[in-house]
Amino acid sequence: MPSVVVRDVSLNFGSVEVLKSLNLEVGRGEFLVLLGPSGCGKSTLLNCIAGLLDVSQGQIFINERNVTWDEPKDRGIGMVFQSYALYPQMTVEGNLSFGLKNARLPKDEIATRIARAAEILQIEPLLKRKPLALSGGQRQRVAIGRALVRDVDVFLFDEPLSNLDAKLRSELRVEIKRLHQKLENTMIYVTHDQIEAMTLADRIAVMRGGIIQQLDTPQAIYSRPVNRFVAGFIGSPGMNFIEGEVVGGAAPAFDAGGIKVPLDRYEFGDGGARGGKAVFGVRPEHVALGDAAAAMPCQYDVEVEIVEPMGSDTLVWGKFAGQNLSFRVETERAVSVGDRVRIGFDPGRASLFDADGGERI
Amino acid sequence: MAELTLNYAQGDAATRADALAGPAGPKPRRALSRRNIFIYGTLIVVSMYYLLPLYVMIVTSLKGMPEIRMGNIFSPPVEITFEPWVKAWAQACTGLNCEGLSRGFWNSVRITVPSVVLSIAIASINGYALANWRFKGADIFFTILIFGAFIPYQVMLYPIVILLREMGLYGGLYGLILVHSIFGMPILTLLFRNYFTSLPEELFKAARVDGAGFWGIYFKIMLPMSLPIFVVAIILQVTGIWNDFLFGVVYTRPDYYPMTVQLNNIVNSVQGVKEYNVNMAATLLTGLVPLVVYFVSGKLFVRGIAAGAVKG
Repeated sequence: MPSVVVRDVSLNFGSVEVLKSLNLEVGRGEFLVLLGPSGCGKSTLLNCIAGLLDVSQGQIFINERNVTWDEPKDRGIGMVFQSYALYPQMTVEGNLSFGLKNARLPKDEIATRIARAAEILQIEPLLKRKPLALSGGQRQRVAIGRALVRDVDVFLFDEPLSNLDAKLRSELRVEIKRLHQKLENTMIYVTHDQIEAMTLADRIAVMRGGIIQQLDTPQAIYSRPVNRFVAGFIGSPGMNFIEGEVVGGAAPAFDAGGIKVPLDRYEFGDGGARGGKAVFGVRPEHVALGDAAAAMPCQYDVEVEIVEPMGSDTLVWGKFAGQNLSFRVETERAVSVGDRVRIGFDPGRASLFDADGGERI
Repeated sequence: MAELTLNYAQGDAATRADALAGPAGPKPRRALSRRNIFIYGTLIVVSMYYLLPLYVMIVTSLKGMPEIRMGNIFSPPVEITFEPWVKAWAQACTGLNCEGLSRGFWNSVRITVPSVVLSIAIASINGYALANWRFKGADIFFTILIFGAFIPYQVMLYPIVILLREMGLYGGLYGLILVHSIFGMPILTLLFRNYFTSLPEELFKAARVDGAGFWGIYFKIMLPMSLPIFVVAIILQVTGIWNDFLFGVVYTRPDYYPMTVQLNNIVNSVQGVKEYNVNMAATLLTGLVPLVVYFVSGKLFVRGIAAGAVKG
């Protein structure tokens, strides 16, 4: 039974099409992340689900009820904003109770709900303070609390962690995940940070230009991206793209300026191994070096051009068939500029894209 | 061992002295630099220029007529008298009426207070609606409203006389209050719209999710955050309406003349001796209200702006 259904929703601002007949189903208790670069329409979609923007076409269902024309307060949603959006003149308690007072709930019910939310989020000592006297992390907790007290089935998060520094962001990320496991309600979470998306989501919807490019589990999106955009957007450091040609036939191979990569281990899509121009994508972490490379089906020698130490590992840049290729190396392995190293990878874990449309082959 | 420590300490001190030999800390500035002399000199000359007339007015208003006739306008009063102030407030004549400025003062109060309240109330709601509840044609509505600010008052004087006459409001206080409220609308709406637009939009969205409606958001969220802009609007309106002469003289009967019109009638009366001291006192009395507003709310204004600058 789906919790949120978006059916053929379009949204135009004047002549600009922000959402293009978009369809989406979110299951009960699912954590769905809308991921994409700025301007892809992910926040707009969330605002449409919340009822803060009127859709130009289509319908929105929440808990099997058509809420397309309903006010935000009547949709059974709670929302958390990027800038926290706490009412500055009210105390934390006032912020939490504002919505409940508007709904004319009895006083003791309000008190119970606030106490429960404050306990879950551990903000009890802050209840009498004003938002100005809180740190960024505390403010975001209160903002989450404001959604929590509404006692709703669907939580909407609009880039809630983007205003926090890196350390707090990873802390709160874990807390949101914990909260989801505890409450087990539906959450729709907008972000442009692919690490947040990968760590939090049950499913990710990667968006671009008002269209969902791929909707799948984080693992599927990571290992089998449907097009070059998704492949490049997910993963850090980004995927390597090598331009060349697919040579079809009985033993398909990828030909990049004379260097041949056999594709017998590659799972082709429905179209099969068509010949023609293509882009070969391989993630830096799937390129092995040294002994590990020897075990790989494809092996090549490259010269090291740039070394980027990142602490946990080192990113090394070299040239493969005259094109840039990066790969990850353990920190312990000393690699310096000018070295010739042997690398290897498994084409079975790589991705092939059409050179023109960028679709997965 | 002790010697060694001492040597070491000396060496350390020496290096520190070396390091401190060059420029360190804030750059020293001379109090009487050319720059300072120029700045303060200019400021003193300019303030003299503005304060001298005020000085002459105060001094003259405290002199008796014989002393004024001696012609030393800059000399302080030999004998301080408040007689001219009392006369200006309670006895000065305009035409047949000899109640002084007090009548005009109360008229002005009865005009200014409702006009300020009405115009700010309506304009703030206008601005709020234009900033947050974008309705169809909002931009055109706003453009037309702003355009009103650029039409010269003189063009509209007579049509408004006819309008007020037809509504039965011509000559009374209510007509003038209505005119002031309407004429404050363009600039105040612009002021409020721009301020509300500068408030974070997400706050408004959060309030909508929390189930607050048009008025709920206005009174509970927007109003408490808008003290600075209300103070600005009050300063603008109080001084503007209090100092108005044109509308006051055109749209009211002599019984309801505001203070400015009455001041003009006292000062410009052609009969009898020119009582300079009374005229000066009357002028100061009329200017007192805007002055007080500036001094009182100026502080509030700065405090409000400072409070608003800290992000919530």
